[in-house]
Amino acid sequence: MSRPEEIAPAEIFYNDSESQKYTTSTRVQHIQAKMTFRALELLNLEDFPHYILDVGCGSGLSGEILTEEGHFWTGLDIAPSMLATGLDREVEGDLFLSDIGNGIPFRAGTFDAAISISAIQWLCNADQSGIDPKKRLLRFFNSLFASLKRGGKFCAQFYPLNDLQTENILGAAKIAGFSGGCVLDDPESKKNKKYYLVLTAGRSERNINLENVTMDAPETTRKLSKKQIKENETRKDYIKRKKELMKKRGKVVANDSRYMARPRKIRF
Amino acid sequence: MKLLTTNFVKCAVKACDSSADSFPLKYEDVQLVQEEQDFNPEFIANMLERLDWAALLKVAADLGNTSLPSHKPDDVDPTLTENEPLLRDLHSLLLETQITEGKMVCGNCQHVYHIKNSIPNFLLPPHLA
Ligand SMILES: C[S@@+](CC[C@H](N)C(=O)[O-])C[C@H]1O[C@@H](n2cnc3c(N)ncnc32)[C@H](O)[C@@H]1O
Repeated sequence: MSRPEEIAPAEIFYNDSESQKYTTSTRVQHIQAKMTFRALELLNLEDFPHYILDVGCGSGLSGEILTEEGHFWTGLDIAPSMLATGLDREVEGDLFLSDIGNGIPFRAGTFDAAISISAIQWLCNADQSGIDPKKRLLRFFNSLFASLKRGGKFCAQFYPLNDLQTENILGAAKIAGFSGGCVLDDPESKKNKKYYLVLTAGRSERNINLENVTMDAPETTRKLSKKQIKENETRKDYIKRKKELMKKRGKVVANDSRYMARPRKIRF
Repeated sequence: MKLLTTNFVKCAVKACDSSADSFPLKYEDVQLVQEEQDFNPEFIANMLERLDWAALLKVAADLGNTSLPSHKPDDVDPTLTENEPLLRDLHSLLLETQITEGKMVCGNCQHVYHIKNSIPNFLLPPHLA
């Protein structure tokens, strides 16, 4: 299968019929939703509603997941047909016709976080003469850095053509001041392998969620989220925690015994 | 585009990055619609903290609204019922007011960005990109 990036510039490739085809395909909807959930998981945001930038938002398949999760978003895309499809679908986010290679036109500290699903590999293209991908990547990351609040995070799933593209993307992000790296999901599977760029603009109080992944950047000490603590606890921890909670609420609970949370013998 | 967004969007031209006149953009020939949205007091309170109030006053005046308080209300706790009327007003202004058509002009380079069908066009001509 040939890559869309090799066929035509994005704003030409995603014409009316391609935008329709893309957006109404249940297969595409499913994959984009899954990757957006994964990006949110990696971002590890606190619960309250966030203001999120969706880079290369297309017709809003990724944005709709942000809405579902209770967030507010603004999306940028270079393809008018994709945005028109988004308008027809009445997505909640604001849509901007914009080339991210020319920068993110928002003032400093606008967004809590940013995501990008299947878009930033396009920045590595040089479709017309006079286009310098390195310059565009740098402009993108510099202006993205500024538009995020301090400690704001960016997670981008992308389809690199080769290792050099990944290097160029990571390199530009580092120059712009981001810390972080690349997370690889399903590395063994040629078909399902997915690249996620996970970056922090300055210092964050909450680290990204690195559960079950290896990253090609030194890992900083990480604090587990409440959810992760819950997922990791044993049956015994769980009962202890529930008992404490009940005591706090003034309920009478059984004393701890050494039989607590142990499987009992079945008696007849 | 929601009115909220006018408080964040600035000129896309690189040479305007360092100019204080590239934000807020100036709004002209604007058409507005009110569109009902779910009320989320936490989000409004959260956004209120990062609003540039002077910019909001300027843009509201461009759009013909001069009734906003001259100072930003501070420390608005969304869990207190006494704050609900204020947060509802802000909700209606920032999230339910949408710009469907119009122009946005950079105060520094004078570039005009057009809004059509609620979508602002921020593509730059080659000489500005
Ligand atoms: C595969 S689509 C993904 C859209 C959406 N994020 C989703 O999950 O469905 C990739 C999008 O990136 C956009 N894109 C490519 N290059 C871009 C650029 N330079 N600036 C803005 N958007 C771009 C394309 O127009 C296209 O809509």
